[in-house]
Amino acid sequence: MGEAMTFKIKVNDVEHEVDVDSDIPLLWVLRDVLGMTGTKFGCGRALCGACTVHVNGMPMRSCVMPVGDLGESSVTTIEAIGDTPIGEELQKAWLDLEVVQCGYCQSGQIMSAAALLASTPEPTDHDIDTAMAGNICRCGTYVRIREAIKQVAQTSQGD
Amino acid sequence: MRVLLTAFGAGLMVLAAGIGLSLANPETGGNALKPVSAFSEITDESERSAAIFTEAGKVIQHPRCLNCHPAGNRPTQGEDRHPHIPLVLRGAGGFGEVGMQCPTCHQRANVDLAGVPGHPLWHLAPIEMAWQGKSLGEICVQIKDPERNGGMSLEDLIHHMSEDSLVGWGWNPGKGRSPAPGTQEQFGALIKAWVETGAACPDL
Repeated sequence: MGEAMTFKIKVNDVEHEVDVDSDIPLLWVLRDVLGMTGTKFGCGRALCGACTVHVNGMPMRSCVMPVGDLGESSVTTIEAIGDTPIGEELQKAWLDLEVVQCGYCQSGQIMSAAALLASTPEPTDHDIDTAMAGNICRCGTYVRIREAIKQVAQTSQGD
Repeated sequence: MRVLLTAFGAGLMVLAAGIGLSLANPETGGNALKPVSAFSEITDESERSAAIFTEAGKVIQHPRCLNCHPAGNRPTQGEDRHPHIPLVLRGAGGFGEVGMQCPTCHQRANVDLAGVPGHPLWHLAPIEMAWQGKSLGEICVQIKDPERNGGMSLEDLIHHMSEDSLVGWGWNPGKGRSPAPGTQEQFGALIKAWVETGAACPDL
């Protein structure tokens, strides 16, 4: 059991104070303490990607990230990714191509896709496959996810 | 919809638990290292040196070490050294490809709640330090070669094996994983004695 104390964490540019044990996963804090349920619990073992958030812009599996390790880091979740240009384009592409089936994994998929496009604006198929390999979709929407990422890359090129 | 989502989450948990079972098969016996003194009766110094390295090889060829010294671009995991799940590739500096870098999942310390190992510098050994698929003799020759050991002298090697905290993770691998044999201190003492006796290698 980690040490219980009050942590200040920055989520979507808003500072929150949470009174939890230091080893509580960030996902639990987001969902159960802050009520931000857009980030999903899938496997709890960093194997499925449903819980992906950004920590200082980097995709992280929040189900295995102890909240006590966050420090001054800035967390971005699916609730705010649409406020970024890439996130907004991704959400539009997801709707244009009707990517979603059941939807459970899709917040994690979009967070991983946004991180990929932020660092690699024109990803190859290999880039997409490797970056998205940790995001499992039980409905098998992989082909539409790839197309949506490419649509955003092409749109961004035209800007 | 809520029922469907809950069922889906449960399905993923079952999948993860299945994968976890294959990860959690720790060895329980044969976990000691002989001390350097155990080799003092070998009068030929070169033979003694090679014997000491062979003992240290119990650590070097343990899954905790070999898993991150792959011969290809993909790490292995578990006692049986199966391919890493999910797919991750070596990437720049051995820290993974964009979007699936090691710290995406591996935290600064082991997360036993999830069974995910961790260290602040979790990454693969460079490809020139690949150990998988090689005999202990081949690894021994390789480990002395500054072009294939990260530019280390034999003195640097003693320090690395004895004190590097990522090497030390091998003895603190978290729940569900067998630790490397002995202790890092004992392993470091073997490497030091091996160097001091001429750093001879076992047969290739």
